[in-house]
Parts: sequence; structure tokens; C-alpha cells
Amino acid sequence: MRPLDEKETTQVFEKLFNFTGNNLKNIVEAPSHEGPESNPGRYCFRLNKNRVYYVSESLVKRATNVKRDKLVSLGTQIGKFTKGGAFHLTIQSLNLLAANAKHKVWLKPTAEMSFMYGNHVLKGGLGRITENINTNDGVVVFSMSDMPLGFGVAVKSTQDCRKMDPNGIVVIHRADIGEYLRMEDEL
Amino acid sequence: MAAKGAMKKKATSNSNKTNSRKKQKKEIELPNPKIQEKVVDDDISGSDVDSDVDDDMLVEQHRDDSDDSASDALSDGDQPFTDDFLQDDNKSSDSDSDSDHSDIERKSKAIDAKKEKEEKEAEAELVDNIKEQADEVTLPTPQELKEEAQGPPDLPRLQRRIKEVVRVLSNFKTLRQEGASRKDYVKQLTMDLASYYGYNDYLIEVLVEMFPAVELVELIEAFEKPRPMCLRTNTLKARRRDLAGILLNRGVNLDPLSKWSKVGLVVYDSQVPIGATPEYMAGFYMLQSASSFLPVMALAPQEKERIVDMAAAPGGKTTYVAALMKNSGVIFANEIKEKRLKSLTANLSRMGVTNTVVCNYDGRELPKVLGQNSADRVLLDAPCSGTGVISKDESVKTSKSLEDIQSCCHLQKELILAAIDMVDANSKSGGYIVYSTCSIMVAENEAVIDYALKKRDVKLVPCGLDFGRPGFINYREQRFHPSLEKTRRFYPHVHNMDGFFVAKFKKMSNSKAAPAPTTEQPEGGDEVIEPIDSVIKKKAEDKVVHHRIHESSTKEKVHRENGIAQHGKAENTFSGKKRKERKRFSREEISKSREEKRAALRTAAKGKPFSKEKKFAKEARTTK
Repeated sequence: MRPLDEKETTQVFEKLFNFTGNNLKNIVEAPSHEGPESNPGRYCFRLNKNRVYYVSESLVKRATNVKRDKLVSLGTQIGKFTKGGAFHLTIQSLNLLAANAKHKVWLKPTAEMSFMYGNHVLKGGLGRITENINTNDGVVVFSMSDMPLGFGVAVKSTQDCRKMDPNGIVVIHRADIGEYLRMEDEL
Repeated sequence: MAAKGAMKKKATSNSNKTNSRKKQKKEIELPNPKIQEKVVDDDISGSDVDSDVDDDMLVEQHRDDSDDSASDALSDGDQPFTDDFLQDDNKSSDSDSDSDHSDIERKSKAIDAKKEKEEKEAEAELVDNIKEQADEVTLPTPQELKEEAQGPPDLPRLQRRIKEVVRVLSNFKTLRQEGASRKDYVKQLTMDLASYYGYNDYLIEVLVEMFPAVELVELIEAFEKPRPMCLRTNTLKARRRDLAGILLNRGVNLDPLSKWSKVGLVVYDSQVPIGATPEYMAGFYMLQSASSFLPVMALAPQEKERIVDMAAAPGGKTTYVAALMKNSGVIFANEIKEKRLKSLTANLSRMGVTNTVVCNYDGRELPKVLGQNSADRVLLDAPCSGTGVISKDESVKTSKSLEDIQSCCHLQKELILAAIDMVDANSKSGGYIVYSTCSIMVAENEAVIDYALKKRDVKLVPCGLDFGRPGFINYREQRFHPSLEKTRRFYPHVHNMDGFFVAKFKKMSNSKAAPAPTTEQPEGGDEVIEPIDSVIKKKAEDKVVHHRIHESSTKEKVHRENGIAQHGKAENTFSGKKRKERKRFSREEISKSREEKRAALRTAAKGKPFSKEKKFAKEARTTK
């Protein structure tokens, strides 16, 4: 377990910024509530076995006496570095993203299942969408009852969405909560 | 071994007599309606002449040997006829109004007489029938057994024989076959159960030793059926009422689990796969058996505490702990098996748990890694033989042997000491250890707890669960610490959940080798040698003693029943082996018991707490 170096930090923050915009500040500066101390401090990012964790400083301190190869996870995993050095957000980061999301789409109940099987979001399944989404923005996908289902990348801006045909792709699938069942081993 | 089993049964059968009688009644009730019909049919065909004589004789013959059952049968037999009488009355009263009296009266009297006769015959035949059934199942001779062993097992016959033997065992004095001992019956029952339900010899013998016959069959039957599917609401993400509403809309038929749980739901049937709904994937609930709520409820974690879960996968209990702590504090979730880590981490992140550190150690190394006295509470859901969850995993029936159990409980003893070492006795809010297994074996439960009580300065405290049976204090030749009645056992046939065991310790001091303080406190002359720091310990200990006395008075009734029954048995079968066992009551213990007696005298002359003390002293005396 180690802190991220500069290059890694920019990679991670770029990805997060894509989804949260200026709310990134909240993520970094929020006081943590985990940890037994009365003032557990803030959250920080830690890298362990190519995976990036968003975790309370208090937990980090306590996890230091666990050997590196014996430490499996701590706090919330938010993503992982691939062998090629790219950074991917993983589904575990959904809670964090959903709480701070800038761009959101809501799915009709009929389209929920399709998305959770790993398909892209089609115009026909779109229930609601926030304003001011631009192409390639990160979007968090919700059900109509405000339950976060996953996240993806917008293909079209909000404006363009209006005049699309129902079978056109609006959001490209990145991760969904169905992965907890489909690919538990690869998370 | 079987003889001892029989003894045990004798001792415990008293308490279960009411139970067994009920069962008996049920069995007898079943054939009734058919017999009634038969009787009526016979009558119509007109075979009055011989049945009259026969039946009278039979009644006399069997009145004495099947008193109980006959009377039961009578009361049942009455039922249909009283109905008929009423109908008749109605008829006669109807006709009363419009035609003359005498004729109808005569007719009705004739009908009455006929009914009475029928009734008598029915009774007689019933008795006859019962007798026949009883006769049918006599214990097979060795030769018959040999023949039976060669062919494939005749299941209906086995089942009938099991039922019959259980009935005999539940009322042994009156129902037994001349010349057959209880041991023979138990042996036969053991064999039949093993072959009917497919248990191996070792496991079925242990079960036979643990339970009286009637309860044993109920237990084994319960193991055959699956337990109801339960789910636990994740209070980090949803409320139970909301979740129940959503799931009802999806076509899931469910109900709140029970009054002891505010987060549990029980699922009767479902049109959608309950483990793949969007709500499941969003972490609103966890599929979890009802029994695995219990250790967490016993642990009662508080916010901002340091908790260690020593055997965490697949994370059902860990996520429950986190939910109770509202994601504050820190949980160390340990799991030794790498394969199971995946499901553990997946469940933790699915449920939105952020306060955990997951590590992959052998539980025994944990005190070295996390530091001694570093945690407020430790949950040890120990790896076990799984004899409580046979309904989930049938292979347990045949795969467990004595060696497996022994290796299990060896590991458990090491783990529990590690668990105790990790807890900080001076913790403001905590200092507790919860030990649980999904096994019903005494060796894996009470014996392990007793071991921990001797090795470390801990005492048992109530689990905070208001149901479940108290743990064994005396089991066959073993004598455990009396506070073991605070542990809880759960059975599938009683509580409709998996077989389970929960015990909760409070750590009294951080000293490692301290068997003395909790169980025996050196008094008087010994005091001179005592080191200084133990004075503080002693003060705490005094409190404990008082505490225990208070508790003993509340739970005394139960305890006395247990104690007396077991005590008498212990004296009956006083053998060399037992004497060895008994030597465990050391000199300190005797002085302790006397001290307790004195304390009891001093504190309250109410007379209530005495009996326990007396028993203590008596036990101590016998060791001399």
C-alpha cells in the first residue's frame, strides 16, 4: 500500500473530474467518519496491488501493520490501473460518484434490466436526463426511484438527445451493479 | 456408550414427557377416522354376533397395558358420535312437533342403544388395532438383521419401526417388550435412523447421545427440510418497510422475520430470482440465514469501536456489524481462504461498507499482526464441522468423523484464545468476544468455551438473546463451568433456524495466564503471596461474584432442574473415569465455593441463592 505518485494522481483525478466536475473538491476535502478516533481526519487515495482505494486516513494508519501481500482491500475501491498503465473506474466507486455526480440519467423501469446486463443506454429507455451534458462527459445512471445502477460515457449532448431515434445509443456502458453477480471474480 | 445414552435419556425424558405424550397422541389420532369407518361398515354387513364377545374380552385384556393410549383413543372416538347424537336430537324434536311422542321416543331409544353398542365396538376394535400395531414392531432378532443387511433397505418398514421404537422409548415402562432393555431399543433406533436418513455411525451416535428419542427424530426430520429463506435489510442503504414494499411489487411474497429482529425478512416464494433483483445488486439487502443474525446481535457493536471479525467470508455478519456501526469505527475482516475473499470484498462494496480493512491471515496469527489488546470487540464465527446446517449441506451426514471434530475443536480453541488476546479489557465501551459456530456438537461449543474460561481471565455474560436454549453445564461425563448456561443453543426443530451456538465473553483483565480470577479466587492465607496488581483485579472480581449470585437467583429455577437431574445421574454412574474428571475441582475452587456461600449469607438471607451454593459445596465435598 502506498500513496499515488503524481502521474497516477492526475490520471485518477481526471477520471473523477469527468464524472463529478467541481464536486471533486467535496470528495477530496470531505471529513471522514470512519475510524475509532473522535476526529478521524480526511480521506486519501492509496494504491495496493494496482487497485486504488479511497479511504479514511485513520483506517490507513491502522492498516499499516498488515503485510502488503496479506492486505486485500480497505475502505472503498474506486478503480484500478491496467497493465498498460491506464486507469479505469470500477463499479465499487458508484456510491462515491452517485453522491457527487454532475451529470445523471434516469432509466425507465423497462430499460433497467437491459443496462444491468451490460448493454448501452438507448434513447428509448431514457426516462430523464440532466441539462448541459456534453459529448464524452461521464454520466451516472439511476433508476426512476433514484437508485444508482451504474455509470457510463455520454455519446450525445442533451440537446442532440431530443431529436434522436429511439434505438440510438445515448450512454455507453462503463460499469453497472450487475457486475457484482456477473463478474465477482474480476472486480 | 449406548448404555450411557439410555441413562441420559432417562434423566431428560422427565422434562420432555409432556412433549412426548403429545406426539404419541398425534400418532394415535391418525388412524382413527379409518377405523371408525370400518366399524360402521362391518355393522351394516351384520357381523354382530361374534364381534360382541370378542371385543369385550379384548377390552379387558388391553385395558391395563395400553391405558394411556386407550383413553386418548376414547376421547377421540367420542367425537363423531356426539355429533350424530345432536343430529338425532334435532330430528326427533322436529318430528315432535307434528306427530305423536311415544312412537318416536321408542325409535330414538332404539337408535340410542344401537349407537351405544356401535361405540363400544368401535372402542374395542380401536384398542385391538393399536395393540396389533404395537405387536407388529418387535425388535428384530440378529438373524433378521443379517438378512435385512443383505437386501436393500426397506424404507417404509424402517420408518414404521423408528416411529414405534420412539413411542416405546417415550413410555418405556409400560410399552416395552418383555425382556428387551432400553439399550436394545436405542441401538435399534440408532441403526434404523442411520440407514433411513443416511448418517454415518459416528454422527448418529453423537446425536442419539445428545437428545431424547422423540426430540432426536424431530431434529433429524427438521434437517431434511430446508429452512425458510431469509434476507437482511442493509440499513446503510434502505429501510425495511421500503424494501418490503419494493419487493412485494416485484412479486415476492414476504413477511417480517420475527419480533427479535428489526431488519430481517422471510421470503415464502418469489416470481423473480431473489438473489438477482436490482435491489439486491444495489446492496439493499443480503441473503442470510436467520441464525447468522444472532452472533452479531450478541456482539452488539457500538459506533466508533474497533471490531475484528476473525472469519468473515462471505461477509454477511461483517456487513451487519458495519450497518449497526453506521460505517463508523473500523472493522478488520479477516479470512484465511483466498477463494472466499472475492465474495467477501464484493459483498462489502455492494453493501456500501467503507470502514473495513480486509486481510488474509490465519486467524491464529491475528494478535501478532493487529496487536494484543487492540480491539473493543471480536467476533469469532469459528470454522466448524457444520453439523447444524445439515439441511444446507447433506454431505455432513457422512463425511464427519471423530477426527474431524477433534481437529475442528483444536483449531477453535486456538482461535478463541487468539480472539481473547486481541480484545482490550480496559476498553470503555467494549471488551467483549462473541464465539459462534453452526455446529451442535458439545465438543465444538461448550468444551471450547470451558477451555477459554480456564485459560484466560474472561467470564461469560448473557448473549442478549431472549430465546434459544441454555448451553449444557453437564454433558454425559463432562462438567462445565456453571456460567455456561448463559450461552445459547439454537435448533432447527425448535427455532426453525439452522443449528447454532452463541456465547459472549467479557474480558476481565489483560493478563494472559489467568485462569484463577474468574473461576477461583484465592482467599485468606493465599492473599499474602498475591502480587499487588491483583488487588485491583480482586475488587473487580468481587463485583463479579455478587453479580453472579444475583443472576443465579433469577435463573435458579431452570438451573435447579438441570442440576438435580444431572446430579443424580452423575452419582449413579460413578466410575473410575469420572473420578478423574472430578479432580478438576481444585482446592481453590473449594475455597471459592465456600467464599461464595459466605458472601451469599452475608448479602441476603432470602434463601434463594442458596441452592446453587449448596450444590457447589456438595460437589466440592464429593471430590474429597
